[in-house]
Amino acid sequence: MQALKQSQPSGELSFARSDASTLVLRLAGDWHLRHGLPEPELVLKQLDTAPKPARLTFDAAGLGDWDSGLLTFLMGINEISHKRNLPVDWSPLPEGVRRLIQLAEAVPEKTGARHEASQVSFMEELGHATLLYAQGVSEFLRFLGEVTIAFARLAVGKARFRRIDLMIVIQDCSANAFGIVTLVTFLVGVILAFEGAVQLQQFGASIFVADLVGIAMMRDMGAMMAAIIMAGRTGAAFAAQLGSMKVTQEIDALTTMGISPLEFLVLPRVLALFLMIPLLCVYADCLGVAGGAFVSATMLHISLRTYLTETQHAVTLTMIFGGIFKAAVYGIIIAVAGCLRGFQCGNSSSAVGDAATAAVVTGIVYVIVACGIFAFIFNVLGI
Amino acid sequence: MATTLLPISSSDGKRVSVTRFPKDGPPPIIVRNLTMAYGTFVLMKDINFTVNHGDIFIIMGGSGSGKSTLLRHMLGLIEPAKGEVWYGNFNFTRAEPLQREEMLRHFGVLYQGGALWSSMTLAENVGLPLGEFTDLSLAEIREVAALKLALVGLKGFENYYPSQISGGMQKRAGLARAIALDPEILFFDEPSAGLDPISSRLLDDLILELRDNLGATIVVVTHELASIFAIGNNSIFLDAESRTVIAQGDPKDLLAHCTDHRVQTFLTRGGQDAQPSARNHG
Repeated sequence: MQALKQSQPSGELSFARSDASTLVLRLAGDWHLRHGLPEPELVLKQLDTAPKPARLTFDAAGLGDWDSGLLTFLMGINEISHKRNLPVDWSPLPEGVRRLIQLAEAVPEKTGARHEASQVSFMEELGHATLLYAQGVSEFLRFLGEVTIAFARLAVGKARFRRIDLMIVIQDCSANAFGIVTLVTFLVGVILAFEGAVQLQQFGASIFVADLVGIAMMRDMGAMMAAIIMAGRTGAAFAAQLGSMKVTQEIDALTTMGISPLEFLVLPRVLALFLMIPLLCVYADCLGVAGGAFVSATMLHISLRTYLTETQHAVTLTMIFGGIFKAAVYGIIIAVAGCLRGFQCGNSSSAVGDAATAAVVTGIVYVIVACGIFAFIFNVLGI
Repeated sequence: MATTLLPISSSDGKRVSVTRFPKDGPPPIIVRNLTMAYGTFVLMKDINFTVNHGDIFIIMGGSGSGKSTLLRHMLGLIEPAKGEVWYGNFNFTRAEPLQREEMLRHFGVLYQGGALWSSMTLAENVGLPLGEFTDLSLAEIREVAALKLALVGLKGFENYYPSQISGGMQKRAGLARAIALDPEILFFDEPSAGLDPISSRLLDDLILELRDNLGATIVVVTHELASIFAIGNNSIFLDAESRTVIAQGDPKDLLAHCTDHRVQTFLTRGGQDAQPSARNHG
């Protein structure tokens, strides 16, 4: 008889042969899950030892206390016996153990239910990711088209949504966002001015800090910073709100009531951001200029009046309206991205988090892409 | 409870006929050769059944057999891989989205968790379809919403938000919303799920009342045997293994006469119940 004691204070497993063809698994002591389980290889090794046993049985005379640790071990034996077509005599085991094993085997494994892990090559993964990205762009454009149709219905007075919902979203993405927009855009103005000042001071051209900050904020940075803040703040919130509504079947409830979720939920959100981001952009422009003025006054000793006069000379109305126009487009992109990700959300709480993350990523990426396209178009048009 | 069908407006603002499913017309629901699939995976195939006027039709089957998915196909939330769903003379599956929306206004749906809109009070939840699809004044909408909530035992809870009431109450409020427009067809997805036995019994009674007094045709997805035998007069049994309908008829008749062991096993809780736990509703 070969005996094997576990290193931990657990049950004892040993092997014996009642006859040449029967392997006896002798179970002794207390078998507890927390003390670890014997390796199935030990049994396999015995099964491969000549003379190879033709059946398995147990000796549980010395078995003490047990829990699901013993059952797990026995289910492993069961699997081995099925694979090797070895009959097993379970009768020496306690009745409770036999019943639980019967219970675990009562429902056969469903065909195709098991997910087999498969090795995927890098190129396959790359191809899959590319297709997914292309599909994502296509879905975004389709959703944008549906939103456009909803806007058309709004224009002819046929769209259905609650005005109060529009007001709430407007408040959320304007007045409630003032604090963060103030802080971030003022600091952006400060940073632009500081970095510019360090260089321009060397040429005695410190006054041009006002031109640098003014033009940068009005043309791009004001709209861009407002958009990025709103993508992180409001775009994510849209995705989380709609995602949660999807999980709790609230969107289904709208659909089956004959109310278009696109009109009822998406339209007020897109409309609110479309209307409010341009205002935030103007506010961001002013705060950026204020940040630049602050640095100029404290570091370069340029008076506020001089700074503002220089800004006035540098900035044109075309730049300001160009920035506002861009902001309006960014607003639509962020709202559509947030709502689309919310609608695409899965049916679990973690999916809501994923949707919020995806909304921020999609929103920011598409805003940057749009910014690049605008830069090209504005350059061609000489604006 | 008196029948109080409300006039429903169409999307162009005109009033439409309140009765889409006259008693002497075709059956209100016909499902023909329906196949449900996710991509290439066929969940259920060759589903055929008819729901007649005034039926309480049970869609039953084990967990994962596709009962709720079938309901979602019937409501147009999922497109079938094959087959059609007809409501009276109306081919719902092939209809244009706007026509579908108008048809959906004749339905009421109670979802598993109630699916109340969390940003609205209970009265606003019930009042929304009334405001959207009827010509009622705000005061009238408030009155009707209060009535519907009272019918489901939620009198006085009009200004509560869904998060302020229990799960059972949410489900009842969901029912109040589902019957807001006095729909001709009602769908219930697992109405007893998560309810204590008494609440479950009360909900069953309410379903019978709705059928008897509103004249609604009712489709219920459930695997609660007590409810199945208490309210159902017609049913189908979905089998996950064969992926199709393996039995149809009155659940009590199926228990008495169906020889399929899968149906018998289900209806007798794996052979434990010799008799159905049917309750006498008079």
